[in-house]
Amino acid sequence: MLQFLIRRLTGAVMIMFLIGAFTFFLFYTVPQDFAALSCGKNCTPENIAVIRENLGLDKPITTQFWEFMVGIVAGRDFAAGSCPAPCLGQSFASGEFVWDSIMDRFPLTLSLTIGGLVIFLFLGLASGLLAAWKRGTAVDKTVSGASMVLSSFQIYFLGPIVLGLLVYQTGWMENPKYHEFTEDPLAWAVGLLIPWAVMATIFVAQYTRMSRSTMIEQLQEEHVRTARAKGMGRKYVFFRYAWRGSLTPIVTIIGMDLSSLLAGGVVTEFTFDLAGIGRLAVESSVTKDLPLTMGVMMFGAFFILILNIIVDLCYAYIDPRVRLA
Amino acid sequence: MTTLTKTEDTPSPTGSDAFLSVRDLRVRFSTEDGIVKAVDGLSFDVERGKTLGIVGESGSGKSVTNLTVLGLHNPKTSTVEGEIVLDGQELTTASEKDMEKLRGNKVAMIFQDPLTAFSPYYTIGRQIAEPYMKHTGASKKEAKARTIEMLDRVGIPQPAMRFNDYPHQYSGGMRQRAMIAMALICDPDLLIADEPTTALDVTVQAQILDLLKDLQQEFGSAIVFITHDLGVISHMADDLLVMYAGRAVERGSVREVLRAPQHPYTWGLLSSMPRLGGDINEELMPIPGSPPSLLNPPTGCAFNPRCTYVDTVGGGRCSSERPPLADGRAAACHLPVDQRQDIFIDQIKPRLG
Repeated sequence: MLQFLIRRLTGAVMIMFLIGAFTFFLFYTVPQDFAALSCGKNCTPENIAVIRENLGLDKPITTQFWEFMVGIVAGRDFAAGSCPAPCLGQSFASGEFVWDSIMDRFPLTLSLTIGGLVIFLFLGLASGLLAAWKRGTAVDKTVSGASMVLSSFQIYFLGPIVLGLLVYQTGWMENPKYHEFTEDPLAWAVGLLIPWAVMATIFVAQYTRMSRSTMIEQLQEEHVRTARAKGMGRKYVFFRYAWRGSLTPIVTIIGMDLSSLLAGGVVTEFTFDLAGIGRLAVESSVTKDLPLTMGVMMFGAFFILILNIIVDLCYAYIDPRVRLA
Repeated sequence: MTTLTKTEDTPSPTGSDAFLSVRDLRVRFSTEDGIVKAVDGLSFDVERGKTLGIVGESGSGKSVTNLTVLGLHNPKTSTVEGEIVLDGQELTTASEKDMEKLRGNKVAMIFQDPLTAFSPYYTIGRQIAEPYMKHTGASKKEAKARTIEMLDRVGIPQPAMRFNDYPHQYSGGMRQRAMIAMALICDPDLLIADEPTTALDVTVQAQILDLLKDLQQEFGSAIVFITHDLGVISHMADDLLVMYAGRAVERGSVREVLRAPQHPYTWGLLSSMPRLGGDINEELMPIPGSPPSLLNPPTGCAFNPRCTYVDTVGGGRCSSERPPLADGRAAACHLPVDQRQDIFIDQIKPRLG
């Protein structure tokens, strides 16, 4: 198990390095003078030269790349002060350290993700299990049909409708707004309720269909029949035998959704006018702010890699056949 | 053969000394294509301590019959008529709760493929102990002790260590032993073995069969042994029931049926079986055609499209009239008994060597 973990983590570090390198060099193929971009109006050649030196753009690209990579591990010093590890550089546009910008936005993204996840996992799995339990009945058909309809909605379609209805028409709710959880948990929850609900509506359908179909598949397994043949009750067999087998595909999907949500839900954030990681990513690429774009990319990649490892660990926990492999 | 003296169409088997008594069982499945008559008027008895073998091709209704005895058919898509009386208790009308108490306790089942029949997610020990705890109310500790005892009894080496192994850590033969341990842990009165050796090597097969026989003597259970392997059945069973297209076509003691079979289908089964001592150049005689669709079974005798003796009977009786299966040692065929004997001795027996 330890060996597995070491192997996977080493792999993850290498992939992170490659992603960093790829983004970095790709960005430099763009024919743009970043110093000129940050210089603004009334720019003199002297100013540009100063900026270039401040940003380190006067050094060769390989040196810049090396400094960037070292900064992530050990931190580095800028003209604006020292940037502690993990230092993802300094924004061209604002001069802020990238890590600080990301950390500014991350609580919102994290809140959106966790709240949404809890709701859609709970509803999705519960309705999927119910449909599988009542397979072929009116309940099953209703749940399956509803999930079909819901899964064809989009956030940018459903979001404005809900906002229009609950905020602008009736005034029952405020526009979504982020409050610190540590300061006011209630305001935090109320402020994000609409985005959560809309996200959950879109995501829930996928989990309903997934859990229903894998459960039905599992219930036809022979070991489920054996369990019934030895006198175990229907409920017991359903939750112990069939459910256990359904966990693997469900965990896979959760891992994928979670990593993409943590990397920032661009559409959700724009729909509800919230400033999270997704918005940061878009803004940074519009302003051609290389360090920020790279930082956000690597931050997202980090979650994808870590969650992949966690999902693999879950497989080993769920299925004993995977453990020694 | 007291087992076989029951009249086929007597609806009330009360007072019968048979432990399991199936009367005129009909199981139908509704599918998208229509109604499948998987079992169509089947009757048999099994006595305590005896073994009834059921043979027949795939799809002849062997497995369905026995899943129905345990009430494991899907009630939404299937209908069951007739009677299944186990030790005086009628099972077709029993509640799900009563059936749950029976399964794994009074009636246990051994399945064909021990790899898929165990859940890969739990230890063998847990899966064997589970029904014991449920049916006897034993504590975890007691159940563990009993499980280890059973694993030892079925010949698993180092049972205490093997208790915590997962099914994939067992070999095929060991898994089947473990399955037998699981079936026998509550000391069932009736054991249904559905092709228990089909997925195993021949050497392991022989060990498992011997084990089953030993355990039967020790526990005194009745066994219903389903197989398509006539060699296995001659080793295991006391009585034999030959099934075709959801019906019994021949029954009798194993000796009678295998030595002097009376039904053309049984002749076909025996002729299509290779013999170790046989001549290498001797051709096998497979039964022509394939098993009938149970959606739309042939009229009259279901075997008539594949039977070579239709013309011998003559008069189109085979396709218009269903031959009844008499009581006791009998075969459901329009050929007169004497003629059957002659055909067997003159034409079939020489082929069997």
